Amino acid sequence: MPVVALKKQFESILDGSLTWQSRPSPEWVCSGVPEVDQATGGLPRGCLTEIIGPASSGRTSLLLSILAQATEREEVCALVDAQDAFHPASAAAAGVHLERLIWVRSAHSAEHALKATDLLIQGGGFGVVALDLGDTPSAIARRISLTSWFRLRRAVENTPTVLIAVSRQSNAKTCASLQLECARERAEWSGALHTSRLLRAIRARATSTQRSKTCSPVFTATAL
Amino acid sequence: MFASLHGNGPLTGLAFEFSPTVEQTAPDTVAFDVSGLDRLFGLPQDIAAAITRRASEIQIRANIALASNPDAAICAARGFSGVSLIPYGDEAKFLGTLPLALLAPSPELQETLDRWGIRRFHDLAALPPLGIAERLGPEGLRLRELARGEVERKLVPLEDPLRFEDEIELEYPVELLEPLAFLLARLVNGLATRLAARALATNELHLRLKLETRAIHERTLRLPVPSLDTKAFLKLLHLDLSAHPPAAPIVHVWLGVNPVKPRSAQSGLFLPTAPEPVKLELTLARIKSIVGEDRVGSPELLDTHRPDAFHVAHALMRAAPALVPPGGALMRLSLRIFRPPLPARVALASGQPSFVATDSIRGKILDRAGPWRTSGDWWTSDPWLRDEWDIALSDGALYRLYCSPRGWFVEGSYD
Repeated sequence: MPVVALKKQFESILDGSLTWQSRPSPEWVCSGVPEVDQATGGLPRGCLTEIIGPASSGRTSLLLSILAQATEREEVCALVDAQDAFHPASAAAAGVHLERLIWVRSAHSAEHALKATDLLIQGGGFGVVALDLGDTPSAIARRISLTSWFRLRRAVENTPTVLIAVSRQSNAKTCASLQLECARERAEWSGALHTSRLLRAIRARATSTQRSKTCSPVFTATAL
Repeated sequence: MFASLHGNGPLTGLAFEFSPTVEQTAPDTVAFDVSGLDRLFGLPQDIAAAITRRASEIQIRANIALASNPDAAICAARGFSGVSLIPYGDEAKFLGTLPLALLAPSPELQETLDRWGIRRFHDLAALPPLGIAERLGPEGLRLRELARGEVERKLVPLEDPLRFEDEIELEYPVELLEPLAFLLARLVNGLATRLAARALATNELHLRLKLETRAIHERTLRLPVPSLDTKAFLKLLHLDLSAHPPAAPIVHVWLGVNPVKPRSAQSGLFLPTAPEPVKLELTLARIKSIVGEDRVGSPELLDTHRPDAFHVAHALMRAAPALVPPGGALMRLSLRIFRPPLPARVALASGQPSFVATDSIRGKILDRAGPWRTSGDWWTSDPWLRDEWDIALSDGALYRLYCSPRGWFVEGSYD
């Protein structure tokens, strides 16, 4: 019996009322950056979101903003830091409640970071689990197999956890439900050179790729 | 049948070895119920002999008395040295020669009795109860009953200090973790059953392993919340012993748990989900076995101006700080730290850095802000002093550069 006939028979038994092949749409949460939230609708729970970009493109500021929003909602978050690059003072200044954050420092090992992320997702109960490969050399990050990303995606499915991967370039490919590609536009300085010069902000553009929908919100990360 | 001990030393410990019902009558006197011990030891003199034997083993010097009521036993233990056995019905006759001061009457009553010439138990016991009640009141009547050894009362029992510990002496040394896990499972399950029987849980496990070399290997596991999850305990012990293996084969295993009340808190319907504490502890123990013991936890800022000063605390076990960090609607520019900082070669122009090169970063400095001079802890053996610059390189990236007495370093990148 062909598949179509089987499907029709099954749907007739179920009175045709169930769309049994479709997955429920995920819940979306705020990233804390209004421009990004307006453009993308937020970050999907139970899905992998990838934030990519070169150095000084606002990736970490965006990640800390997401963590600040999640900890503000009293969710417990985890950050797996592959290169030991997390700066607690910056996180506290960004509004992250550090007492609700678990920081895993994987000693410059992407493999350990992946294992730790997998264990944290399997443990359950986290609002956000972030895997920071931002300073991991591209050659090493590319060596992470697509199977590993697929495994992470499967693990986070049907959980209320937002899984975020930060890296220089896209590694998860189709396993990511949302991809935010950050690019720096310009750095804003104030004051005269050699006297009262101050770094004020970074202006960045995040190009969002979410299935067929593409948008490019611009956001600004302000220095203290 | 009751027994009493009067002397010095850990009398309550000795009494608890023979009976669960022990009264601490005075710092140097205990009374305890020995009913039923005749089935174990036989006659009262055999019970007394067993108590005496055990007292001498643990080097306690005490008078021992056995009687049909606790007060008669207490008076005999206080008044007669050695072992006293008071037959049922002969209490008044047995205690008769004891001085009345043993009963500790009030000073007024003592004076009255002295004036009457009544100085021993049998003197008071011989007086008519009606006359005593008329002249001395209820206290006099109570003293007369004590002197006759007729007071029937219940003991006020001490609570047995709850100790949840168990041990196994091994016939052959255990070298591998798997056979040890079976022994630990036996101990953990037994202790968990005992805790559950008293509606208790534990938040701390102490493991003491005696090694073949006579060395002691001790480990302590602390849980964030009380629990009775034996599978989690075993897995935590297994992970801990894998990370900290004993140096020699094991000949003796001792496990103790700290009994506490179980957590009874119901989560709200609309509260965000959080990791189940024991499961989280297990997850973190697994991650620690991968990345290292001190590399997992909640970051905590230290109260200092020293750059990158933080402490990693046990995950989720610290309270929220009283001062909430300033958040706000603005998105903050964050710093990514290079640990350790990257040693840099810097070219200067007019006293300002103009070119920087490290193993991974190289470029002309197009824009800069600084120097910001900071120093501190000069009064300690570990002072710090640095001049900081925020720099923008020709590739567009922003970094924090600093110069310290040890040289130039790139501390991190703004991202």
